[in-house]
Amino acid sequence: MTLLLAVLVAWLFAVGTYLLLQRALTRIVLGLGLLGHGAVLLLITVGGRAGDPPLVGKGDDGVGVAAPLPQAFALTAIVIGFGMTAFLLALAYRSWVGTNDDEVQDDVEDRRVARQVADDEGHFRAPDADEPWDEWDDDESPKQGATS
Amino acid sequence: MNLVVLPAIIPLFAAGLALLAHRSLSAQRVISFAANLAALAAAVALLADVEANGIQAHTIGGWPAGVGITFVADLTSALFLVVSLVVLVLVQLFAIGQGVDAARPRVGQPVYLVLSAGVAMAFLTGDLFNLFVAFEVMLIASYVLLTFGAGAAQIRTGMTYVVMNVLASTLLLSTVGLIYGATGTVNMAELVGRFPELPDATRLALGLLLLAVFAIKAALFPFFFWLPDSYPTAPVAVTAVFAGLLTKVGVYTMIRATSILELDDARTVLVVAASLTMIIGVVGAIVQGDMKRILSFHIISQVGYMIMGLAVGTVAGLTGAVLYVVHHIPVKTALFLVSGLIEQATGTAQLHRLGGLVRRAPLFAALFAIPAMSLAGIPPFSGFLAKLAVITAGLDAGDYVMVAASLIASLLTIFSMSKIWAGVFWGTADDPTPTMAAADADDATFPIDRVTAGATALLVAATLIVPIFGSDVYDLAERAALDLLDPSAYVEAVRNS
Repeated sequence: MTLLLAVLVAWLFAVGTYLLLQRALTRIVLGLGLLGHGAVLLLITVGGRAGDPPLVGKGDDGVGVAAPLPQAFALTAIVIGFGMTAFLLALAYRSWVGTNDDEVQDDVEDRRVARQVADDEGHFRAPDADEPWDEWDDDESPKQGATS
Repeated sequence: MNLVVLPAIIPLFAAGLALLAHRSLSAQRVISFAANLAALAAAVALLADVEANGIQAHTIGGWPAGVGITFVADLTSALFLVVSLVVLVLVQLFAIGQGVDAARPRVGQPVYLVLSAGVAMAFLTGDLFNLFVAFEVMLIASYVLLTFGAGAAQIRTGMTYVVMNVLASTLLLSTVGLIYGATGTVNMAELVGRFPELPDATRLALGLLLLAVFAIKAALFPFFFWLPDSYPTAPVAVTAVFAGLLTKVGVYTMIRATSILELDDARTVLVVAASLTMIIGVVGAIVQGDMKRILSFHIISQVGYMIMGLAVGTVAGLTGAVLYVVHHIPVKTALFLVSGLIEQATGTAQLHRLGGLVRRAPLFAALFAIPAMSLAGIPPFSGFLAKLAVITAGLDAGDYVMVAASLIASLLTIFSMSKIWAGVFWGTADDPTPTMAAADADDATFPIDRVTAGATALLVAATLIVPIFGSDVYDLAERAALDLLDPSAYVEAVRNS
């Protein structure tokens, strides 16, 4: 049973990591969700064998009683994970409303470097539909796509 | 009710109250400000108590430690808590002055209180799982503050921050689970002595995993990339409080973890990470053209100095690390608040659109100069004391490469601070904003908002406390470091709680 759970945890982590590395925000959110499930399952697995409920008056000698702490951890983690996933989905939705696109943009520095390389090589840079993202970085947002 | 839990509980209760009072902005402000002040008072009382009577601990609900949730305050955590709450109170004043909390729905103040509670809980918790919860409380509040009422740019950068931190939290949860599996406890005091007895491979793997998670939170090399992208886009009061506090909570947990888990063999990793963090952070800052982005990169470089003290690992090194955190939290926040004042007056924080503010706004220049010189480590300001402590410790321990890296980083810090100074306060703007141009035409000074400028001035004044009481603060930090190196008093306090 423990082996099965361990393999399952590993599988959830693997799939979660794969999804996390995708460019679509919804997949990233799903990936984080799966990673969270993997972590919760891990908590349950490290708690050891299943047993009687750990209640006062029942099995006070501690024999055959399930470890209560990992279950408390798992419950807390599930609640937090639920809230986090809801927030992430809302954020992904806002991002989609803002851009009509689910893709994750390149980092500001990456775009700056790419732009610099294009400029240095003298290529004409086509107007970039994503450019309004840069509105806060307004020294770097050539709205007409003009290269200086 | 024990004093140890008050700084975490007061803001949490007040957050609920403030949420109920959402109809009246002024009621919300009064409740929130009073709550943070009360938490600060509790933290000061706690620090005095710890200073006089030793480490304080309390296990909630009368459970034995190891089952119940433990709160512990030693000198390090109490000191950090007091400094953090001073910053939280003054930034709150700044935010009220700017009116950023007025946006509807009115959740700004309650969420800010949740952030205070999370920070206090992270400093005071004596249990790894509860530390995870504290991080989540702190982070969910920070996610909301970062993306609330946001435009597209803020959502995009906020997304990086949220995804990065959710991933780090998941890793933390898994690590806590594995540590429980290996040792049978997540109580920090019970881990002392039990964790070092694990087989070497397990011990190192778990220890380094935990340090890596905290390094993501602290923006240490190679996990720093999320920070300069996400911080500068938020409203300045939010950026200021994040810059001052959040990464420092990560640094605190790294200090605590190395103290509890006795990870002496992780020292080499920390030395390399600290050296690279100092250099890369400051090099990143040099090429930036926006005040807030420059300052954001400097956070990374400064975190390197704190970890340098931790990597040295001697009493002097840890003293330096503690001193550095105490110096850095108010100084960094003050610098961001000044950038906020400038942005408020002129409409931008970009160097090429600013110039000649030393005539237009001499007060801003003064408020910027003091923390900037402190950050660069110029005597007699607090940064000089902190850097001196860290570097002397490094020299004594023979870590010459790391000391060299820190000196180079220090020199480059002066360079980029003078770049801000020359760009903002001297010369003329290449491409002035309309407000700048209007002020230049009339040869007028910028109007000064009393509340925001007053809050900033108070914080700048607070940064001067460290150099004025230099030897007392150093003694306090040294005693904190001694407790960190020998956690037996910590264990004793938790067992007796």
